[in-house]
Amino acid sequence: MSEQALKELGDVIAAKIGGDVLKVEVRLGELMVTVKRPAILAVLTALRDDPATRFEQLTDITAVDYPDRAERFEVVYQLLSYTHNRRMRVKLATDEDTPVPSAVAVFSAANWFEREVWDLFGIFFENHPDLRRILTDYGFEGHPFRKDFPLTGYVEARYDEDQKRVIYEPVRLTQDFRAFDFLSPWEGMTNVMLPGDEKAALQDGSKKP
Amino acid sequence: MSMTVSTESATGVVSTGPAMTGLGGAISASGPETKTQIKPYTMNFGPQHPAAHGVLRLVMELNGEVVERCDPHIGLLHRGTEKLIEYKTYIQAVPYFDRLDYVSPMCMEHAYVLGIENLLQIKAPLRAQYIRVLFSEITRILNHILSITTGALDVGAITPALWGFEEREILMEFYERVSGARLHANYFRPGGVAWDIPDGLLDDIWAFTERFPKFMDDLEGLLTENRIFKQRTVDIGIVTKEQALDWAFTGPMLRGSGVAWDLRKSQPYEVYDRMEFDVPVGLTGDCWARYLVRMEEMKQSLRIIRQCCKEMPAGPYKIEDRKVSPPPRGEMKRSMEALIHHFKLFTEGFHVPAGETYTAIEAPKGEFGVYLVSDGTNKPYRCKIRAPGFAHLQGLDFMSKGHMLADAVANIASMDIVFGEIDR
Repeated sequence: MSEQALKELGDVIAAKIGGDVLKVEVRLGELMVTVKRPAILAVLTALRDDPATRFEQLTDITAVDYPDRAERFEVVYQLLSYTHNRRMRVKLATDEDTPVPSAVAVFSAANWFEREVWDLFGIFFENHPDLRRILTDYGFEGHPFRKDFPLTGYVEARYDEDQKRVIYEPVRLTQDFRAFDFLSPWEGMTNVMLPGDEKAALQDGSKKP
Repeated sequence: MSMTVSTESATGVVSTGPAMTGLGGAISASGPETKTQIKPYTMNFGPQHPAAHGVLRLVMELNGEVVERCDPHIGLLHRGTEKLIEYKTYIQAVPYFDRLDYVSPMCMEHAYVLGIENLLQIKAPLRAQYIRVLFSEITRILNHILSITTGALDVGAITPALWGFEEREILMEFYERVSGARLHANYFRPGGVAWDIPDGLLDDIWAFTERFPKFMDDLEGLLTENRIFKQRTVDIGIVTKEQALDWAFTGPMLRGSGVAWDLRKSQPYEVYDRMEFDVPVGLTGDCWARYLVRMEEMKQSLRIIRQCCKEMPAGPYKIEDRKVSPPPRGEMKRSMEALIHHFKLFTEGFHVPAGETYTAIEAPKGEFGVYLVSDGTNKPYRCKIRAPGFAHLQGLDFMSKGHMLADAVANIASMDIVFGEIDR
């Protein structure tokens, strides 16, 4: 699908939904619409039922954690239209404390997708019929996919021969987890400025050859 | 939901343990005169159960032997793949995809490398695209053989599994010859494939495509019109078109319900637009329809494999851009720059421009998608894996409601559940 057609579709959606749309973008041939959080149910219903859009299937719900932002989480809904053979993404922002309206009433499939987002990111969904943890262990604490949750976790489980049951202990690593900073000025790879790079810039702002 | 599981039944009712699920049929417990009141009771199915296809734990509420509610507890195989990928470079993350749906490894890799290529805005050379399509289809057959034959095993047929695994072994040999590993291939790369296919492999694959229809006929003879098999699958777990869309079903689960939709046709990637194949669509939406769809898909895959073998173009098998794909060993011996590129690619890895993409492919089980968010560094900022089985399994509750306990097993089998991808 051409970028032009996607842009037009984005404009149609923005016009239909009106004030609840914050941003419409087309990047890499994919349409993304950022909406206001309280409007998500109305938006999803409109996108599903409107003959011009007809996004009949909710392919996925996920979240991305940006700890530096004021509203750190971005909840992402992937939609697919079988009628028009199109995909799009709806996004909204939230934080740890603000609940997001649950989409289960619009798409039944949202049930487990939202449970997963709750489990892994700790984003609360309002009016969800059954918001339990889904992927992590029974009795797990914390939300592991947050960026501030360490990769190794906090506890490890093992079977204890003396107590004849599985016990949880703080994680003990024989070797510290090593993360290397690979941001280097290798040409063509990246455009990061490393300390000292500013010396390469001439007075007038242009770079040395 | 209470976590306690009570297996105690009301007076006089025979408690059907999981081991008896293969038998089917109601177990009457009442005496000749007295009517016994059967209280609904909760039963724990799995996580260690041969029909659970891995580590599925079902908490079922049964009324006699009729399923009233079925609550799958998943996550017993959760490894945090998506989190691990955030700490690996783009190439280092490829092997994690083999371990998602471990019966169709190369298809998982396919979605991931296509996602990276989309972010990098590169395209693999034609030969690489053909190789990928060829092996995606081999993978589809590999997956469907396992799905159908173990499904048949769940409803009581042992022979298909024995025959099917023999064929799978042949296909896994092709895997081994091309990648060095039978299961976890780690063969696809952003910008192509890891190695060229060895001499003679295409001839052997061709010979396989000539032999394989015989096996298909045998398998069909065993199952398709088999009375017991049909009793266990026809009208079991009916999914309507509306339900399939509402519950985000994809792949054979969707096509079985009469939706003519295949990403290879509707949103073709790689060289699928050059391939001639048909998309089978089921009419009834029950377990039997899904079985028939999978059988026909194998035949269509065979057609695609043949076309790939015939049309396989010469040329490079991966992109020549040294900022993405490593130089050949011989060049490294002579060129300093090649050596540097090799070193940098296998320590730092390539950097991917900031952006995000959702790339989906038609995996054997349905739509397998990867939502990649890049922040411009050498590691993905977020990699969400959209597994088809995850969406299918949550439909088990409505599919099994009102069915017998043994039919829930048939439903699980027809969903083609693999826990590697569901739990991630």
